[in-house]
Amino acid sequence: MLNLFGVTFRHGVHPPDSKGLTDHLPIRRMPFPKRIALPLRQHAGKPAKCLVKKGDRVERGDKIAEADGYVSVPIHASAAGTVAEIGWWPHPDGSMTETVIVDVEPHSPQIPRPRLVPDWHGLTPDQVRQEVQNGGVVGLGGAAFPTHVKLNPPKDLPIEWLLVNGAECEPYLTTDHRVMVEYPERVHFGIRIMMQCLGVKRAVIGVENNKPDAIAALERTRPTDLDVTVQGLQVKYPQGAEKMLIQVVTGREVPSGKLPMHVGAVVQNVGSIATIAEIFETGLPLIERVVTVTGPGVRKPSNLIVPVGAMLGDVLDFCGGLTDDAAEIVFGGPMMGSSQPDLRTPITKGVSGVTVLTAAEVKPKKTYPCIKCGHCLDACPVFLNPSALGLLAQAGRYQEMQDAYHLSDCMLCGSCSYVCPSNIPLSQMFALSKSGLRKQQASEAAKEKAKEGQAA
Amino acid sequence: MDTTRFELTAAPHIKGPDSTPRIMWSVVASLAPVVLAAVWYFGPSALLVIAAATLGCVLTERLFGPGGTLRDGSAAITGLLLGLTLPAGLPLWMAFVGGVFAIGFGKLLFGGLGQNIFNPALLGRAFLQAAFPEDLTTWPDVSGPWAALRGDNFALPLMGADPVATVTGATPLGLMKFEGVDTEWVRLLIGSTGGSLGETAAIVILLGGAYLALKKYLDWRIPVSIFVTVGVLAQVIHWVDPTKPDAVFMLLSGGLMLGAVYMATDMVTSPTTPRGAWVYGFGIGALVVLIRLWGGLPEGVMYSILLMNALVPFINRATQPRLFGTGKEAMV
Repeated sequence: MLNLFGVTFRHGVHPPDSKGLTDHLPIRRMPFPKRIALPLRQHAGKPAKCLVKKGDRVERGDKIAEADGYVSVPIHASAAGTVAEIGWWPHPDGSMTETVIVDVEPHSPQIPRPRLVPDWHGLTPDQVRQEVQNGGVVGLGGAAFPTHVKLNPPKDLPIEWLLVNGAECEPYLTTDHRVMVEYPERVHFGIRIMMQCLGVKRAVIGVENNKPDAIAALERTRPTDLDVTVQGLQVKYPQGAEKMLIQVVTGREVPSGKLPMHVGAVVQNVGSIATIAEIFETGLPLIERVVTVTGPGVRKPSNLIVPVGAMLGDVLDFCGGLTDDAAEIVFGGPMMGSSQPDLRTPITKGVSGVTVLTAAEVKPKKTYPCIKCGHCLDACPVFLNPSALGLLAQAGRYQEMQDAYHLSDCMLCGSCSYVCPSNIPLSQMFALSKSGLRKQQASEAAKEKAKEGQAA
Repeated sequence: MDTTRFELTAAPHIKGPDSTPRIMWSVVASLAPVVLAAVWYFGPSALLVIAAATLGCVLTERLFGPGGTLRDGSAAITGLLLGLTLPAGLPLWMAFVGGVFAIGFGKLLFGGLGQNIFNPALLGRAFLQAAFPEDLTTWPDVSGPWAALRGDNFALPLMGADPVATVTGATPLGLMKFEGVDTEWVRLLIGSTGGSLGETAAIVILLGGAYLALKKYLDWRIPVSIFVTVGVLAQVIHWVDPTKPDAVFMLLSGGLMLGAVYMATDMVTSPTTPRGAWVYGFGIGALVVLIRLWGGLPEGVMYSILLMNALVPFINRATQPRLFGTGKEAMV
């Protein structure tokens, strides 16, 4: 669908992009804090298994927890120091989770142990995947899905496209933007390794048109021997959702309930790709990441390289602290991020930004009844009926939401909540409905089982 | 640092600019020119009738509704719209009772804002039409001195209006149906004809509707589908039987403009799905033509909309959007 503003998907919303606070600021390195907190669960899948105990000395880059199974990745120490304790600690998802606390050595030069840099030329796909898993790489866009699993599609599904997600459609965030501007060669190197691993011939980097400098940098450094193109995309939320990006670039809709690989595509975030490149450049695992610290509630908005495990309070302090009217701290962007109550919460691998909103941006609390305006239907990028779903959610009719209105296809992008004039927290209700449905189904299954037991 | 002051909310943490009160008050604002046009043609009587209907709605909402709902503006819309469907000479107490019925029975009885099935303003008018058929079809003429009352506006309740006070005329639809007299389309467009207060100035209503459609505060599909249906059906019938009115007359006369632009598009009582809006608009248009040309009444917009209101839940159900990744667009 070509138009004046570039290619895009149908529906979606237009929140103000608010990227002007940081999109021009070069990435700076944050100094090592006094303490870091490394949760064993920083990725989708099984948490890592701890390998250290209290009092152990760790060097920067040392493995402190190993992958537990295939859908899992190891955790590495992001600074040299001593394990102070292993215990429950606040996690970005709002829970308390098992975490290794490291007291960072104050005067250490923080030089990692010498390590072998793997030579990517001769590696088989399996070996590449192994290196990626050993490096602890996960999707840096937010979902933190282990990257090596994505690099291993089933043999019967041919992959035609590698889609590199540089859309960064979340307002405020400029993490991927700065990576593309400052490390375009690294992005292209990562693409080369991934293309070799996946055996694909075509790669497309999707970038929203509000990042012309990123598009220019990627064009300038584009390799001549590979079929890599840079595709400008219309600025619209959620352009960076996998399904939307695939539809725009390939023209194919991922079938309901299926994965990108079913239409021959693998989507990877630019940040994750740059991290893969780093593994094959320096041998260092994923121990630091780029984070945008931004929003009107931060005194000195910045793009930072932050050691994984640095705590929210230390990061904010480095950025000049909060303004007096700061009202809400969000990990990630304001559309899909999660608000944080505790300044001890660490920046984990999946945290792409810290957005601090003031009272002026925080959404109003007053809600009105649904007036059936249908704006949510015009916003939903996967063509659901949030209006009807919302009414059923209030009634607790989860099964009907699934059977008649495709609840499971909702990706919780928040577009419906954003446009709702009555301020109904639709996407929150759908998140609750999804877990409510799982519980209902589980209890139904248990009842069935009990009945069978009685019959027998 | 004190962390208790931080908000903890679910995503998304920001919100678009639209709000329900903003939508409602925008509709009220867009109705101002329509009210002014009514006052231009019918003098102070117009203002009195509209004010009485609005007062009935607002007082009922205030007394019997959940607290604080006046501020959302929806009761004011119902009052204005009801007032605009009434003739200028109507006794004020009737307009007031119509407002009470519209909000009390048309909205609050269903559970308040967002819950009602029928357009409250039209329900109020249907009630008045059934209770006081004569007064509701006494159409004052637009000619005569501007400042004069157009009927016995101050008649006491239940005493009956003084018929002598009214200089009556006929509506263009009545003239057409019962006397076979056509009205010039220019007069229909600018509204210098007999009829309800807001039935007359088609052009003003269209402008208000265009404003709301641009703001996405009304679904443009609904008026467009009504107009297309009425226009095409009327023109085809006119070709077959030239004694029937043509498309221009059908579109510009009576309550079609006000109905299609402001009544049928009421968000609460119209379909939420885009395809549903087309079906709904087509249904209203077809019923309007049917009632006007072959029914016992000269005008059928009110009943057409109320009938289609009743079908909205079924229309919604039957016109769910195509889920992303299903149908022929999906690659399997």
